[in-house]
Amino acid sequence: MIFGQRNTSWLTLSWLIALALLAPVLVMLFTSIGNFGELFSHLWQTVLPTYISNTLLLTFYVSLLVLLFGVPSAFLISQTQLVSAMWLRWALLLPLAMPAYLVAYLYTDLFDYAGPVQRLLRASFGWQSPTEYWFFDLRTLEGAAVVLALVLYPYVYMLTRTALEQQDTSLLRAGRTLGLSARQAMLKIALPLARPAIMVAVTLVMMETIADFATVQYFAVNTLTTAIYDTWLGYGDMAAANALASVLLLFVLFTVVAEQKSRAGQRHQSNRPNFSDDKLALSFGQQVMGLVFCWLLVILGFALPFGLLIAMAIDYAQLEQLGQLAEIGWETLKISAYAATAAVALSLLLALFHRFYPKSVNHLPLQISGFGYAVPGTVLAMALMATFGPIDHWLNDTAAWLDWSKPGLILSGTTFAIIFAFVVRFAAIANGTISAGIGKIPHSIDKAPASLGVGLLATIRTVHLPILKSSVFVAWLLVFVEAMKELPAVLLLRPFNFETLSTFIYQLISDERLEQGAIGAIFIVLFGLIPIIWLNKNKH
Amino acid sequence: MIKKIIGLTAFAATLVAPVFSASADEVNVYSYRQPFLVEPLFNEFTKQSGIKVNVVFAKKGMAERLAREGEHSPADVLLTTDISRLIELQEKGLLQAVNSDVLEAAIPSQYQADDNSWFGLTTRVRNIYTAKRLGDMAISYEDLADEKYRGKICTRSGKHPYNVALVSSMIAEHGEAKTLEWLEGVKKNLARKPQGNDRGQVQAIHQGLCDVSLGNSYYFGKMLNDDKQKVWADAVNINFPNQVNRGAHVNISGVGVAKYAPHKEAAKALLEFLASDKAQQMYAETNMEYPVRAGVKKSALVASWGDFKADDLPLETIASHRKAALKLLDQAKFDL
Repeated sequence: MIFGQRNTSWLTLSWLIALALLAPVLVMLFTSIGNFGELFSHLWQTVLPTYISNTLLLTFYVSLLVLLFGVPSAFLISQTQLVSAMWLRWALLLPLAMPAYLVAYLYTDLFDYAGPVQRLLRASFGWQSPTEYWFFDLRTLEGAAVVLALVLYPYVYMLTRTALEQQDTSLLRAGRTLGLSARQAMLKIALPLARPAIMVAVTLVMMETIADFATVQYFAVNTLTTAIYDTWLGYGDMAAANALASVLLLFVLFTVVAEQKSRAGQRHQSNRPNFSDDKLALSFGQQVMGLVFCWLLVILGFALPFGLLIAMAIDYAQLEQLGQLAEIGWETLKISAYAATAAVALSLLLALFHRFYPKSVNHLPLQISGFGYAVPGTVLAMALMATFGPIDHWLNDTAAWLDWSKPGLILSGTTFAIIFAFVVRFAAIANGTISAGIGKIPHSIDKAPASLGVGLLATIRTVHLPILKSSVFVAWLLVFVEAMKELPAVLLLRPFNFETLSTFIYQLISDERLEQGAIGAIFIVLFGLIPIIWLNKNKH
Repeated sequence: MIKKIIGLTAFAATLVAPVFSASADEVNVYSYRQPFLVEPLFNEFTKQSGIKVNVVFAKKGMAERLAREGEHSPADVLLTTDISRLIELQEKGLLQAVNSDVLEAAIPSQYQADDNSWFGLTTRVRNIYTAKRLGDMAISYEDLADEKYRGKICTRSGKHPYNVALVSSMIAEHGEAKTLEWLEGVKKNLARKPQGNDRGQVQAIHQGLCDVSLGNSYYFGKMLNDDKQKVWADAVNINFPNQVNRGAHVNISGVGVAKYAPHKEAAKALLEFLASDKAQQMYAETNMEYPVRAGVKKSALVASWGDFKADDLPLETIASHRKAALKLLDQAKFDL
């Protein structure tokens, strides 16, 4: 508490932000109270146990896979002399640009019985029917886990790589002087120190997995999200759907708390980032294995699906779509950028507040503002309507009372609702990234300016923000890309004549006609690449 | 600082899409139907009437959205693809009666709500597709549970509205207990877990994964007109089930006017246009559905599939068994 005990305005602002972001979740919880009724027990006796076990299994598999994909690749790129590392460094981020449901669709097309791979196999071996040979079925729980992991591992890769690169090399050197080999120093010192970053990334991946709808639906894997949809759209029982969503929220709460417990008491700070040249040399065999591993991730997570899209676009090009797509693309970029900017600004406020007033209760705003991440987009959209609807009604009634012209549904019926939904859903990403960045700034730095009589805001502006620049930027880009790909919330909240690239493509995918939207899908991926290239440039 | 905040707020306000004003020469549509189908219709309507059509493709949660928006809802016209959705809107009091001699005359009475709150525009048959390799055959929905089709049937999710409506019609015919038995039988006969959409099942028949699938009629026409999908459609025959008894299960796509429609007159004009010869012809040709208006010709392709007997079960009855159908699907663990 260098800057005094309290900062009332900051405290109020933090809580206001957190509560605003939490409001839809609260509305959801309140409407669910007392609704674990007859329908709920019917579901419990029939399908719910399977949905729950599917959700748990899927989350477990995806987490395991992203660790297996993300940590070794981050290690190879940041700590070894892997050939082509300068390319891989950013190429490994490319899958982030791919919406999972798109990859799901493209791979099903490729690996289905009628797809080119199985056709080739049948032609080569003279097989005639599906009973004559075994081939993996992609439309399974395991298939969904692989597809999700292929597009989500970059989170783990990116945060782990950054953590490893920003470690204090003196610690490693100290280890070496105490007799550790270079490899042992990595395993015993560097990786354990990177654990907080890895855990943050895995938590993000878990929440993303729990909230996924389009991929699991395409693969016919019934999860809790499916149950929420069924209950709401099938049975028309919003309250019971909210009750299920609350169960889902418990999962998330558990995940978040477990993650925080796992790194409680860890504090690692350094202002001496590790850009040293003494990277591990690899033997020939290790080189080959490392290269195959990393490039395979790039190929499976990005190059192959992207290539398939291009092939489709060439076969089915509908060039007259281009004008319309450019327009939709521009709209998509705009709302994603607004959402990213808002999310990052709010996260900064919350994270810095906790930094300078580090009472444990002051950590709460930061924590609760991230809850929205695991709320499926559809549920969130409904909750937002329930939250903003009454405010809109009040505004209109007030306007009518004052004899003004009615403003209409300015909150719930415009793109404002969509942007707000993006912020609620993706604040957790911004929080995680920015908090990790702040965590790396030594606390000693906070005190220096104060001892020189510099005020709090000036300290933040001149000391913390410049150090945080790259974290802020990474956070902005991550939210931006996620917002661009987000589907269900937009489907439900969009105003008249409004379309994003995801809704455009989803429409065609759900009708087995992606070919006709291949150019649009390429647009999404290309727009998604812009931040990745940017991300890469700013890292050097 | 304060100036900056005001400036930023004003800037932010311009970012949000314009709020739609209630001008007289436009009409706002919430649509379950897909853009490629309704856009040509709306363009034609605008050409004829000078009324601009704004659309939200609100496939999911339309009723919820309307209910929340209440009297401030901008929605005028609601387009759906399934009778249950229309009844849901009706029951939640989200529609208003439209009294129009034009509509009364154009649309047969069994495809209109008694209180004039909704109108059917097209009918859509739930067909059974069978592999050409099985040859010509007569088939009924009941047959799908027959042991001879063990491991031979493909379908989309049982919870899809089209299948739920079919299960509802089975409940109306046979009662819940028999329908559950039937569902369990069909599940045993499935070649794979329910997945994909109606087209995907025909593709699976083409691939040799199964022999029989459920699918709406117009998909057959659409696949035949698609370069890539024509081979799928060429692998199957389209069958109209239960021709020797109650007839094939038929659903409707339909339309209603929102209770608080700000452009009521324009909405009525749009409904009358959608029931007109011209629009019904477009439905028939573009979407290969069966127009409800008497005297409008089916598309040549649809006509080539031949005439059929339709189940004359009242649509309201189908909608009334909807929740029971969903519960039976859960009990049979049909999708798992």
